[in-house]
Amino acid sequence: MTKDLVIIGGGPAGLAAAVAAKKAGIDDLLILERDNRLGGILNQCIHNGFGLHTFKEELTGPEYADRFIREAAELQIPYELSTMVVDLGRDGNDKIVTAMSRERGIFQIRAKSVILAMGCRERPRGALNIPGMRPAGIYTAGTAQRYVNIEGRMPGRTVVILGSGDIGLIMARRMTLEGAKVRCVAELQPYSGGLKRNIAQCLNDFDIPLLLSHTVVDIKGKERVESVTIAQVDEHLKPIPGTETEYECDTLLLSCGLLPENELSGKLGVPLSRVTGGPLVNESFETEVPGVFACGNVLHVHDLVDYVSEEAAAAGRKAAEYVTNVSESVPADDEAPLRLTGTNGVRYTVPATIRLSHMEDSQVIRFRVGSNYRNATIRVTAGDRVLLERKKNVLAPGEMEQLTLKKADLETLPAGSEIVFEIAM
Amino acid sequence: MRDVIILGGGVTGCSIARELSAYKLDLLVLEKNSDVCEGTSKANSGIVHAGYDAKPGTLKAKLNVRGNEMMGRLSEELDIPFKRNGSLVLCFEESGRATLQRLYDQGVANGVKGLEILEGDAVRALEPAVSDSVVAALHAPTGGIVCPFLLTIAMAENAAVNGAEFLLNTEATDIRVISGGYEIDTDKGTMQAKVIINAAGVHSDFFHNRVVGKEELKIIPRRGEYCLMDKNVGDLVSHTLFQLPTALGKGVLVTPTVHGNLLTGPTATDIPDGEDTATTAEGIAELTAKAALSVRSLPSRSVITSFSGIRAHEEKDDFVIGSPEGFPGFFDAAGIESPGLTCAPAIGEVLAEQVAAYLKAEKKSDFIPTRKGIPNMALAGPEERSRLIAADPRYANVICRCELVTEGEIVEAIHRPVGATTLDGVKRRTRAGMGRCQSGFCSPKVVEILARELGTDPAQIRKNNPGSEFLTGYIKEDI
Repeated sequence: MTKDLVIIGGGPAGLAAAVAAKKAGIDDLLILERDNRLGGILNQCIHNGFGLHTFKEELTGPEYADRFIREAAELQIPYELSTMVVDLGRDGNDKIVTAMSRERGIFQIRAKSVILAMGCRERPRGALNIPGMRPAGIYTAGTAQRYVNIEGRMPGRTVVILGSGDIGLIMARRMTLEGAKVRCVAELQPYSGGLKRNIAQCLNDFDIPLLLSHTVVDIKGKERVESVTIAQVDEHLKPIPGTETEYECDTLLLSCGLLPENELSGKLGVPLSRVTGGPLVNESFETEVPGVFACGNVLHVHDLVDYVSEEAAAAGRKAAEYVTNVSESVPADDEAPLRLTGTNGVRYTVPATIRLSHMEDSQVIRFRVGSNYRNATIRVTAGDRVLLERKKNVLAPGEMEQLTLKKADLETLPAGSEIVFEIAM
Repeated sequence: MRDVIILGGGVTGCSIARELSAYKLDLLVLEKNSDVCEGTSKANSGIVHAGYDAKPGTLKAKLNVRGNEMMGRLSEELDIPFKRNGSLVLCFEESGRATLQRLYDQGVANGVKGLEILEGDAVRALEPAVSDSVVAALHAPTGGIVCPFLLTIAMAENAAVNGAEFLLNTEATDIRVISGGYEIDTDKGTMQAKVIINAAGVHSDFFHNRVVGKEELKIIPRRGEYCLMDKNVGDLVSHTLFQLPTALGKGVLVTPTVHGNLLTGPTATDIPDGEDTATTAEGIAELTAKAALSVRSLPSRSVITSFSGIRAHEEKDDFVIGSPEGFPGFFDAAGIESPGLTCAPAIGEVLAEQVAAYLKAEKKSDFIPTRKGIPNMALAGPEERSRLIAADPRYANVICRCELVTEGEIVEAIHRPVGATTLDGVKRRTRAGMGRCQSGFCSPKVVEILARELGTDPAQIRKNNPGSEFLTGYIKEDI
C-alpha cells in the first residue's frame, strides 16, 4: 500500500493534523489509531473546560474530540482503528510504516510523509524510585481515570495522590465525586505542576489539602496498599527526617509527569530534545528527518488541547506542502536555519529552528519555564539585538507560555543566527 | 496417600517436580501463593553462575557447576531464553588481586572451565563500559543469564504436562510423621504422602524442624534490593559484572538481563520477616553508589522499577539437600540462596534420583521432556508473525505497547497448564506490563482479558494473591 501521508495516532493531534492536511489538498491520507475509537485520551477526560480558545465554549473531552471526528468524517478522511504501528523505517525519501491489526494482520505502507501524533505516557512509580512495598492499589492517575470514566469502576476507596499535575488534580475531584475519600495531594516541588484553575476547582472546592514540598517515602501493605507515608522535603528535594506522616489509604495515584512517547520516532532515527523528550522540530513541525512531522504531546506535553489542535493543524498544512513539493521534485534548500534556544529559566522552545524560506508571516513559539516567577520579563535576543520583550505578572512551570515572532524582524538576521529566549528579572 | 508432595512452587520445587514427573508417581506441588514463582524465584539476579564462588566440597560448589552445565540443554528443551554472556569479577585495588586469585583457584578446584584473570586494559577491551579504576578481573566465559520466571514456569508447565498436579493458594501450616509417610496440615485441609519434599524457601527451616523435632535449621531471610533499567540502556554491558568487596562493602552486580534490560543489585540486609519485600531509599542509594563503581557512567535515570527479593540464607551457609537421619521419606531442599537459580536443575536431578530410589519408582516411557514456549511477537521475525496472525488474529492485537505483547500471547498464557490467573502471572509469562510504562496502559486491558477468559468479573481479578484485587466497586456506589 502507498499513501501520500500517514498520521500515526487518532487523538486530538492526529485528527487536527489530518483535517488540515486534507483541507490543504491531500486526499491520499490515512490515520492509524491503536485504540478502538478515535479521540485518544480525550475520551476519558469527561470533565469540562476544553475548547475555550478554539470554540469559545466549554466542552468535555469527548465533546471536543467529537468536533474533530465529525469534521474528519465530513471530509471523508480514512482511518484504521485497533491498529498498532510497530515499526517505522525509511527507504530513500519514502517512509515505511509497519502496522498490525486483527482485521488486516501485519501490513506495510509506503508513505511520502508521516505525522507523528502518538501522544505521551505517564511516569510510573518505578521511575520515581518510591520506596516501600509493591502491592495492588498504586496507579498512575490516567490509568485510574480510565477505570472510572470509561469502565465505571472504582480503583480504590481512600486515596492519596502524589504529584499535582493536571490529571492528578482532575482525578482528586473525580474520585471525590464518585464516592472516594481523597486524603491529600502531595507535591514534591514547592509549586504545583498543574493549572491554577484546576487547583481552585479540583482541590480547594473540595477541601482537599495540597501539600507542597512533600513526597511519599514509604508504601505499606502486602496485597493492597494499607498506608503511605508522606514527608516534607528540603530545598534539595530530599525528605526531612522527623516530618513523616502516615496516611491510611488503599490507593496511591501518581501524577508525576508525562513523557512524550517516541519509541517509533527513535526507530526512524529522529533526534529528540533532551528537555522535552519530543522530536526537535523546525517552524513546520518537521523533525530532522525530512517529511516526518510531529505534533501534540508526542512533541511536547501541553496543558490545553486547544494549542495541540492549533499546532497539529500547522503540522498538517506543512506536511501537505511537503508532499506536494516532493511530488513535484522541488529541490530541498540548504539554508542554515535560525536556532532557537532557551536559557536563564526558559527550558526549551518549540520549534527549535526556523527556516525563513518556510516561515509564514509570524510564528508562535511555545516554551516552558523552570520555576515560578513574578513580575518577570521574557526577553528574546539575537546577538546584541533585542527582538522582543514581554512583561509577565506570573510565570509557572505548569503553564505553557507562547510568544509570536514576526518574519519581518528575523529577515535581517544572518543565516544560522541563534535566537535566545530568557527570563530577565 | 499420595506418593509425593512438594512444599513450594519456586524454581527449586518446580525443578524437582519436573524431574520426578519422569517417574510413575502421584505427584503434588503445594504453593501458598496464587502462582508458581512468587517467592525468592521471582526477585533475584537471573544469573547462571559459573561456579567459582562456593568453597570446594560444598553442595553449593558441586551443584552450581552441574546446574550451569545443564542449563544450555534445559533451556532448549523448555524453549526459554538463556544466554552464556560470560561474567567478570572486577577488582578495583591492587590489594584485591589475592582475592581474585583465590576465586580463580576455587573455580578451578570446583571444575569451572575457561577461567582467566585479565588485566584492567584487557577487561576494558572485552567490555568497554568497565570503569577505569578496575585493575584486573576474573573472567568466567561459562557465566550466563536466564529468565528466572520463565525457567520456573516452564518447568512447572512441563511437570504438569507430565502429570504433576499443582495446588495453588494452598498454604501448608504444619507437618507430622505418620505411619508410612507424613501428614500435612494446610488451610484447605490435611493431606498425606509417602514422601515430602521441603522446598519451602524462607520457610523451609520450619518444616524441617517440625519433622526432626528440634531447631536444627535456621533460615535468616536476607533481603536484596534491585533496580531495573530501561531496554534503551540494556546494551551498556554485555557481560555480567560482579565486584570484589570495595570500600563501600560487599559488591553489587551490573548485568544485562536476558530480555535486554539492565539490572543492578542486590543489597544484602538480614530482616526478621521473610515476606517483607519492601524497597528502601537507603538500599536503592547504596546499590546505585556501588553499581556506579563498575562502569564509566551508570544510567541511573533510566530506572523503570525497583524491587526486592528475599534469599533463604541458612545459618551454616550451605544448601541442605536430602533426607535427615532417621526421617526416611522426608527430603530437604532448604537454604537455597544464591547460586540457587543456577543449581535448581541439578537439585532437581539429585533429589529426583534419591526419591525415586526410596520409592522404587519406575521411569515413564511416555515422559515428554520438551515444552514449547508461548509465542513471542516482539521477537518473532516477519514470517513467524504472519503465520501466528493467520492462525489467530488476536496475535495482531497489541495489548502491551512497551514490550509488544499481543492478546494472542496473553490468552495463551492464561490457558496453558498452570496458567496465569493474575496480572503478575500474565506479566511473568508474557512480559505484558514489564516495560517502561510499567503497565499503565495495558493493565486495564489485561484485567479485562483475564476476566473474560476466566469467566469472571473484572473486580475479581488480582495483581497476585487474594486481597490484591484492582477494583473496589462501581462508581457512586459509596455515595
